[in-house]
Amino acid sequence: MTQLDLIRNFSIVAHIDHGKSTLADRLIQMTGTVAERDMKAQILDSMDIERERGITIKANTVRIEYPAKDGKTYILNLIDTPGHVDFAYEVSRSMKAVEGSLLVVDASQGVEAQTLANVYQALDAGHEIVPVLNKIDLPAAEPERIKQQIEDVIGLDASEAIAISAKSGLGIPDVLEAIVTRLPAPKGDRDAPLKAMLVDSWYDAYLGVVVMLRVIDGVVKKGDRIRMMATNAVYGIDKLAVLKPQMVDIPELGPGEIGIFTASIKQVRDTRVGDTVTHERKGCDTPLPGFKPAQPVVFCGLFPVDAADFEPLRDAIEKLSLNDASFSTEMETSAALGFGFRCGFLGLLHLEVIRDRLEREYDLDLITTAPSVVFKLYMKDGEVRDLHNPADMPDLTYVDHIEEPRIKATIMVPDEYLGDILKLCQDRRGIQMDLSYAGSRAMVVYDLPLAEVVFDFYDRLKSVTKGYASFDYTISEYREDHLVKMSILVNDEPVDALAMMVHRDRAEARGRSMVEKLKELIPRHMFKIPIQAAIGGRVIARETLSAMRKDVTAKCYGGDATRKKKLLEKQKAGKKKMRQFGKVEIPQEAFISALKMDG
Amino acid sequence: MEDWRHGGFGLYLHWPFCQSKCPYCDFNSHVSAEIDQDQWRRAYLTEIDRLGGETGGRILQSVFFGGGTPSLMAPELVSAIMDRIRATWPMVNDAEVTLEANPSSIEAGRFAAFRQAGVTRISMGMQAMNDADLRRLGRLHTADEARRAFETARRIFDRVSFDLIYARQDQSLTDWRAELTEALALTVDHLSLYQLTIESGTAFADRLARGGLRGLPGEDLSVELYEATQELCDRAGMPAYEVSNHARPGAGSRHNMIYWRGGDYAGIGPGAHGRLTLGGTRWATEAPRSPGLWLAQVGAEGQGELPRSALSPLDHAEEYLLMSLRLSEGTDLGRLSRLYGERLALDRLAPLVELGLLHEPGTQLVTTERGRLVLNALLAEIAAALL
Repeated sequence: MTQLDLIRNFSIVAHIDHGKSTLADRLIQMTGTVAERDMKAQILDSMDIERERGITIKANTVRIEYPAKDGKTYILNLIDTPGHVDFAYEVSRSMKAVEGSLLVVDASQGVEAQTLANVYQALDAGHEIVPVLNKIDLPAAEPERIKQQIEDVIGLDASEAIAISAKSGLGIPDVLEAIVTRLPAPKGDRDAPLKAMLVDSWYDAYLGVVVMLRVIDGVVKKGDRIRMMATNAVYGIDKLAVLKPQMVDIPELGPGEIGIFTASIKQVRDTRVGDTVTHERKGCDTPLPGFKPAQPVVFCGLFPVDAADFEPLRDAIEKLSLNDASFSTEMETSAALGFGFRCGFLGLLHLEVIRDRLEREYDLDLITTAPSVVFKLYMKDGEVRDLHNPADMPDLTYVDHIEEPRIKATIMVPDEYLGDILKLCQDRRGIQMDLSYAGSRAMVVYDLPLAEVVFDFYDRLKSVTKGYASFDYTISEYREDHLVKMSILVNDEPVDALAMMVHRDRAEARGRSMVEKLKELIPRHMFKIPIQAAIGGRVIARETLSAMRKDVTAKCYGGDATRKKKLLEKQKAGKKKMRQFGKVEIPQEAFISALKMDG
Repeated sequence: MEDWRHGGFGLYLHWPFCQSKCPYCDFNSHVSAEIDQDQWRRAYLTEIDRLGGETGGRILQSVFFGGGTPSLMAPELVSAIMDRIRATWPMVNDAEVTLEANPSSIEAGRFAAFRQAGVTRISMGMQAMNDADLRRLGRLHTADEARRAFETARRIFDRVSFDLIYARQDQSLTDWRAELTEALALTVDHLSLYQLTIESGTAFADRLARGGLRGLPGEDLSVELYEATQELCDRAGMPAYEVSNHARPGAGSRHNMIYWRGGDYAGIGPGAHGRLTLGGTRWATEAPRSPGLWLAQVGAEGQGELPRSALSPLDHAEEYLLMSLRLSEGTDLGRLSRLYGERLALDRLAPLVELGLLHEPGTQLVTTERGRLVLNALLAEIAAALL
């Protein structure tokens, strides 16, 4: 067990690409925590998807031993937090597990929306914050301007910001020293009943469920019987360790310490981030505040392209659920797409990550239906229903009114693109709440319907601002609006997977854009195909895909048989990527592409 | 009975050289200054001996000299090849021996010698009936020259066919009706009418990719052109017996019918393909495309083929379907079912019959005229429904 005053727990707050992972690597390297030969870039982001996208999905931790200038050796625990708004709750718990943060800002780019959201979380958690200016060696670096920006936008004193280059290692010793001298030591009572926070958990193929925890009070030892206060489940600790970042067994963890344990827990689902871990006997009376069960906000259907892949999909989803309790699934049957799953996610990124992992790690071809938010249906009989799937929308005569989730979106953008951003938000039914400037960057705050953001808002935002805008959001409230279900009919058959909830005033425009897109996306058939958008029985937009009239090879003799056979094979393979709706075949990419909105 | 016997047995011989390369042509043809006809003769004869050894005893129904421009072959070469063929296989009494020819005066001068060598039928690459379009198609002959060459061919051979390419740049429906009417007046018993298609790897494809080659017809005009073609040919007593081939009843190309009816054929020469049923297996054969490589391989190894591949029953069934459905007589469903090895679920074709693309299947499966126009897409549907 380590003396409290020799412990420092911290996290790093940064925007994507501002150098969080590189700084973490450098701290690990410079303290000799990982042997030089074992270093690989971005040690803490262990999933391929994390490295590729430059984001952190799972919290991770590393224990660093640092001999400081005062002659004492300190234990520094770095918790690497998820950096995306989808995982805001997880971030808030990780923040609660440490006492301070390094705020890393790119000295040429400045403060971004995501930085802001995370800094506010750190401030909410009562952190001491040390500003760090990274990439100071770049010609475009403007440390003085960025310092000013940190003071103006965040309201932090940046006069003692540390200038570093995580890439070259410049300034890293100053960072280590600042962690010891400027961040507070944890507090805690060794003699009090055990009170520890469950920070994260994951599934390990060899060890089963691994739980990361931060001890607040008391001491936990190997072999202890512990209780999870939210679930009331009791387990015996089999293994207790710290991560350096490889596991190193330790006999006990005391106040202020961060480590992991295993306890023959079967599923990650049995562990809840933010839960309080205590002893089975003589445990603490009150749990830590702030615990919330995971709440999916975006739903979509995942269907195998090949119906024969349903069982492999079910297995893959079960395996992924072992390691991700925040995503919910239930079986769904679509008239159009057959058997699949309705899945709930913490946000769009979470959705994409899960879908990517299913496709890559389990080699599945999937059709993803239109992402949908949870609408609240207030029925005339007083019942309130959650609508996860537009296909389940009841007859309007039974519905009194519908509410949808709204978000508070913060967007930071160079002022030359401000006009485009305002237009985009306006087009998505946004209400402007705030507009302010920090230098040449504007910060706008919009109240937006989540439903308008879940599909391609972020892509549009990036494209209209050439990638210069940054965006973050928090869910604010449910609010009533005039929402209707729009159906899409292809060859007079409703395609349930394309049904969506839309605002009544926008239905015509949305319907028009959908049918026009589908006309491009559906290949011509040997008969003409009407494509319609409808609300109830009323058609609001219509296109006709004309019949293919001519497609025949002019010359086909003995030497052409092989080539023609190859063409037929290609056609057959192409047909496999289609979905049959009545007599019409719709390519799988149409389901996503049709929903993209232009401008 | 082995399935190929329904289609018969023929021999295809590829002569890969031309005087110039036409901009629309994606065939295996080459322009070469020096051609050692003697060396080519030895190679062809070696191949005839080899294939004769494998298919000994079969009765040969047809020989086809294709290219390239086989009318550029020395008549002595054609004669030597025909002598060896006759010595190798018994031939039917009325064997069809076709040679593709360019309608230029030089070649017309050889027609009598070709007839002497055993050629019975000429297939002439007329392509267009006016000089401006001939030039755009990169042809070296003029329309007048072609007509004279055609007259010569008619005097010497009982059976003369010619090819035209239509759906050309800036060709109106009226233009084509006039041109085709003129052509039909010349016709003996057979006519091949191909819509111009831009094949990858051709000069036209390059031009099209660079934004040139304007004035090609859109889909609607192509359909009208095709329909007008059927109407005029029907009226002239030359109905289509295949997608692009028209003949008086019974005067269809017997050689090409072997392909479309799923018969066996031996292929000799650079890039030549063959289908041979040997020991109960149907083999696809193919020769190296490069004339130099083929010649060298035959010289060195005594055989001019790439490794053969065996067709599975499904491959064989699909190939028979895609070839035979081009014919107005259509596909023999009994044969298709035997090749595939299972009963065919013909009721699955009902939607295609309903759409007016197929005739109600009886013993034969036959496309309607509309179905024939979308045959590529239709084939995929039929293959998916039946096989």
